[in-house]
Amino acid sequence: MKMKRHWRALLLFTVVALIAACGGGGTGDTSIPITSADDAPAPTADTGDTGGADTTGGEDTGGSAEGGSMTMLIGSSGDAETSAVQAAVDAWGEESGVSVEVIAANDLTQQLGQGFSGGNPPDIFYMSWDQFQTYAANGYLEPYAEELSNADAFYQSLRDTFTYDGSFYCAPKDFSTLGLVINTDAWEEAGLTDDDIPTNWDELADVAAALTTDGRAGLSFGLEYARIGVFMNQAGGTLVSEDGTTATADSPENLQALEYVQSLVEAGSLKFPSELGAGWGGEAFGQQTAAMVIEGPWINGALANDYPDVNYRVVELPEGPGGPSTFVFTNCWGIPAGSETRDQAIDLVEFLTSDEQQLAFSEAFGVIPSTESAAATYAEQFPDNEAFVAGNDYAVSPIAFAGAAEVIADFNASLEGFATGGDAQTILTTLQANLQAALDAANAG
Amino acid sequence: MTILARPRSRGLRGNEGPYGWLFTLPAILILGIFLVIPILLAIWVSFSNWNGLGPPVGGQADFVGTANYAEVLIQPGLARRDFGIAIRNNLYYVLLVVPIQTAVALFLAVQVNRRVLAARGFFRTAFYFPSVTSSVAITVVFLYLFSASGVVNGVLNWIRIRGPNWFADPRGVFHIVLGWLGVEGVPSLLAGEGPLGVTWWEWVSGPSVAMTALIALAVFTTSGTFMLLFLAGLQAIGSDIEEAALVDGAGPVRKFFSITLPMLKPTLFTVLTLGLIATWQVFDQIYLTGGGSPAKTTLTPAFLAYSASFESLKWGGGAAISFILFGIIVVLTIFQRWVLRDREGGSRRGRRRRARTARAAAVTAVRPGGHDTGGGGPT
Repeated sequence: MKMKRHWRALLLFTVVALIAACGGGGTGDTSIPITSADDAPAPTADTGDTGGADTTGGEDTGGSAEGGSMTMLIGSSGDAETSAVQAAVDAWGEESGVSVEVIAANDLTQQLGQGFSGGNPPDIFYMSWDQFQTYAANGYLEPYAEELSNADAFYQSLRDTFTYDGSFYCAPKDFSTLGLVINTDAWEEAGLTDDDIPTNWDELADVAAALTTDGRAGLSFGLEYARIGVFMNQAGGTLVSEDGTTATADSPENLQALEYVQSLVEAGSLKFPSELGAGWGGEAFGQQTAAMVIEGPWINGALANDYPDVNYRVVELPEGPGGPSTFVFTNCWGIPAGSETRDQAIDLVEFLTSDEQQLAFSEAFGVIPSTESAAATYAEQFPDNEAFVAGNDYAVSPIAFAGAAEVIADFNASLEGFATGGDAQTILTTLQANLQAALDAANAG
Repeated sequence: MTILARPRSRGLRGNEGPYGWLFTLPAILILGIFLVIPILLAIWVSFSNWNGLGPPVGGQADFVGTANYAEVLIQPGLARRDFGIAIRNNLYYVLLVVPIQTAVALFLAVQVNRRVLAARGFFRTAFYFPSVTSSVAITVVFLYLFSASGVVNGVLNWIRIRGPNWFADPRGVFHIVLGWLGVEGVPSLLAGEGPLGVTWWEWVSGPSVAMTALIALAVFTTSGTFMLLFLAGLQAIGSDIEEAALVDGAGPVRKFFSITLPMLKPTLFTVLTLGLIATWQVFDQIYLTGGGSPAKTTLTPAFLAYSASFESLKWGGGAAISFILFGIIVVLTIFQRWVLRDREGGSRRGRRRRARTARAAAVTAVRPGGHDTGGGGPT
């Protein structure tokens, strides 16, 4: 008798265990939450400084209806940005009755990938320009932007950045362009005046040489496509043809740009941040080992925090033989495809991209509004940054089609040999071959 | 006693089977859910075109055969070249880190095992300390130490050496040495394309200057751990054997090579295996030093699998790289096992030497402490 009871208990236990095991390994839909529930708390744990978050885990993000809650994943530049975004969504939450938890990601790309593969993406998130095409091509994103009431207010260059396959996917939240940042003390020391501000390549080479001293390079910028590419565009070169099917990297214009940069290196007036013991241009500029750098508006915050004593001004980049050009970098408000909170998220985006709210963000953490009208107001409010706003009139977005990232990474890697006398033509030939292969793959699939 | 009433054929312990399963069930379930199923899923992903959206099983992803493997192994293109470069980098990393860290660990273990050493406890703790510190923290410290104007270059400056800009220097060490020997540019002999789309000249580059800094980092952090394993092995060697060797007139060098090293062989095997696995999987340091920069010379397959998956959303390709890496590790471990196997019919000289050693040991010790001296090898 006793034995029988034992067997029954064993049988019961086994059945329960088997059900649990099947839940884990059976059909995909149930297997995923096991891993994601395990993973999801990781980002939540990092939100210590955001405060005011009143939703719990990741489980409940999907299915909530009116008056529910949403999660927002942002790649924050710091506490100022996180709290400004939290304040903005709280203000929206009071109207809509939806509470939004803002999560500042440690590694946005990784956490987004994790969220999507776990079937549990955030309801709204920062989508960077360089990942956008890859995400859109893989069907991760909801193409909602055309539905926004302010869809036409955005800069055309920003709309283009977030357009995939003819549809405008997501609303740009702000933008940055590259400008020439000049150390005004060094400038005066070298006997230069406002008339000397370089407007073309020759003048840039001249002032860079004039500003170069023993412990200081005249000019510095990161040795990467995001900077060198500007020179290529200024020379009139491109990497991809208009229709996006042919690689055009191996062109005389691009070669001219690389050779110009090389000539600055040879003249000793251009040194890369790594050569100056700095992690990026802004750091070299702050340490005054570089008198001029090519950076975006993010340099303002870095200098104010770490090097408040450096006096500087920002001017537009000099024109090349092919005319003026700069790069524009931007993020958009991404919404996952088929999201259940789609409508609320769109409503939130509309609120966040309103001129008023964007200017509030500008004030809090220095980004430039993505709508033309707000950017104009911004340029008036922050005259120091006028050059960054002006640059957007002729700015282009760096190439970012799905699969471009590896090609650009390879290009950047080959550029590192460039400082020590690499061959510009070889670099372009390799780039051309890789780019064409990646384009063919992207257009085929 | 109902048990006795059971059919005889079940044997004395017949009824314990179900209970055995019952008690092991938690472990089986946990391993199944967290180890076996994920591995099976990853195998499936490596043969599929899953793009990371939704669950990988159940209609979202299609079977694509060996396309993911072909892309990194066979098809000419960037993916294969990146993989080739990653393999090259990691190969040099393994070839340098494993022998150096093993030798250093053994040396340290022998030193702190000496009875005459003062403050042994202090040294043991000091040498082990880097191992218990987070690899992230140590990497960040090394980034500062090896920066262009960092401490390392400062010290080199005292002896009038202008140190390189460590973490920004993509030049291969062998290339630099060849340059000193007067080899300018790429010799035509090595200009051809080698395996995985990487030219022979690139294969023989040696680790880049940046990679040597990471190699130093790995040796620094892991030597302490392995020192501990060796120390456990050393303490299992009875002092009687050492005394016996001493009586037989063996000097410290002879004693080390004829007594200590042979008796540490099981530990040595453990250390080499663990070292081999860990070095092929190096990731943290790569992630922190910029994901392969400078010029991809610190790119490793483990990092490549990560970036293929999370950045390029090519989850299949990433999983394929992981399984190739797994294959490499398994093959190398088996190879290493074969090299370190007990050669019963080994060379004559070795046999004679072993016999001599055994005789020497037999003077005072009855048996050399059984076969497994280790006891320090974690599973």
